[in-house]
Amino acid sequence: MIVVRWIRAFARFWIDFIVGDDWTVAATVLGRSWSPGGSSDRGIPAWWFLPAAVIGITVVSLRRATKEARRPTPPR
Amino acid sequence: MNATVAVTTFLAAGIEVIEMVAIVVAVGSTRSWRAALVGAAGGLVVLAALITVLGTALRDVPLQPIRLVVGALLLVFGLQWLRKGVLRIAAQGWAIGQGEEHVDESDVPPDGFDWTGFVLSFKGVTLEGLEIAIIVVAVGGASGAIGSAIIGAAAAVIVLAAVGAATYRLIARIPRRALQLFVGSLLSAFGTFWAALGVGVRWPGGDLALLYLVALYACTGVVLLHFVRRWQAPPGRHDRTATSEEVR
Repeated sequence: MIVVRWIRAFARFWIDFIVGDDWTVAATVLGRSWSPGGSSDRGIPAWWFLPAAVIGITVVSLRRATKEARRPTPPR
Repeated sequence: MNATVAVTTFLAAGIEVIEMVAIVVAVGSTRSWRAALVGAAGGLVVLAALITVLGTALRDVPLQPIRLVVGALLLVFGLQWLRKGVLRIAAQGWAIGQGEEHVDESDVPPDGFDWTGFVLSFKGVTLEGLEIAIIVVAVGGASGAIGSAIIGAAAAVIVLAAVGAATYRLIARIPRRALQLFVGSLLSAFGTFWAALGVGVRWPGGDLALLYLVALYACTGVVLLHFVRRWQAPPGRHDRTATSEEVR
């Protein structure tokens, strides 16, 4: 029982660590991190791809967060 | 002792030690010093075990996949802090001083051990330490002066760790929200740098890329503050402001 609880806590820790408040940020960053090398072979400098993706998803995520915060909460 | 090898290793390892100390001080200042130091100590223990087991075979350790995994995780986590820092400063303004406010309870567990801080510090120290060990083996082994290389690297660790210990009080004076935004930029910059290196990207300027990445992300965060404040403002507020300006 203790082992199961420990495994659950461990899994929850890594999900919180990676996913955080907005899963789309993690998905974009992880997807982009694994792919920018490809275009170096075609002669296009690839170093700016990841920073551009990072800034882009940060703007989108912040816009979404502020929209959600402004949405009125339904009365109970 | 081979002075040339010692100085070369000191300088080469020094860059890695600066990166290592920056991560530990950043995590300690914003989260928990206990977790940051235990993570750093854990990283050093793992590193010592790796060096003992592998020895000169360290030269064959594939750094690229390690950089990719560690970089991607640091980037994901750094961006969470950058995002949180922007949202909090936009909503509540810059704090006047540290100690007057606490980090959000969701950031650091009030009672338990801060495992997130531990992992961040541990990964930074292990990866940077591995790079230092490879520098020592490569420079020292190639010139047949491994002892001088170890002395150079050890001197770099001692000197720069002392500088980090001396300056952490200055860092502790920076308001927490500002620190969160800056540390988010710092971790994101390290993460971007390593993850891209891990897939074979070459950064213009080499290690200097870390500096312009930190500057880029920090400036982006500050610019985004302006936009987030506008997005957070209630509807019609801008119209009223415009009207009052028109009256003047």
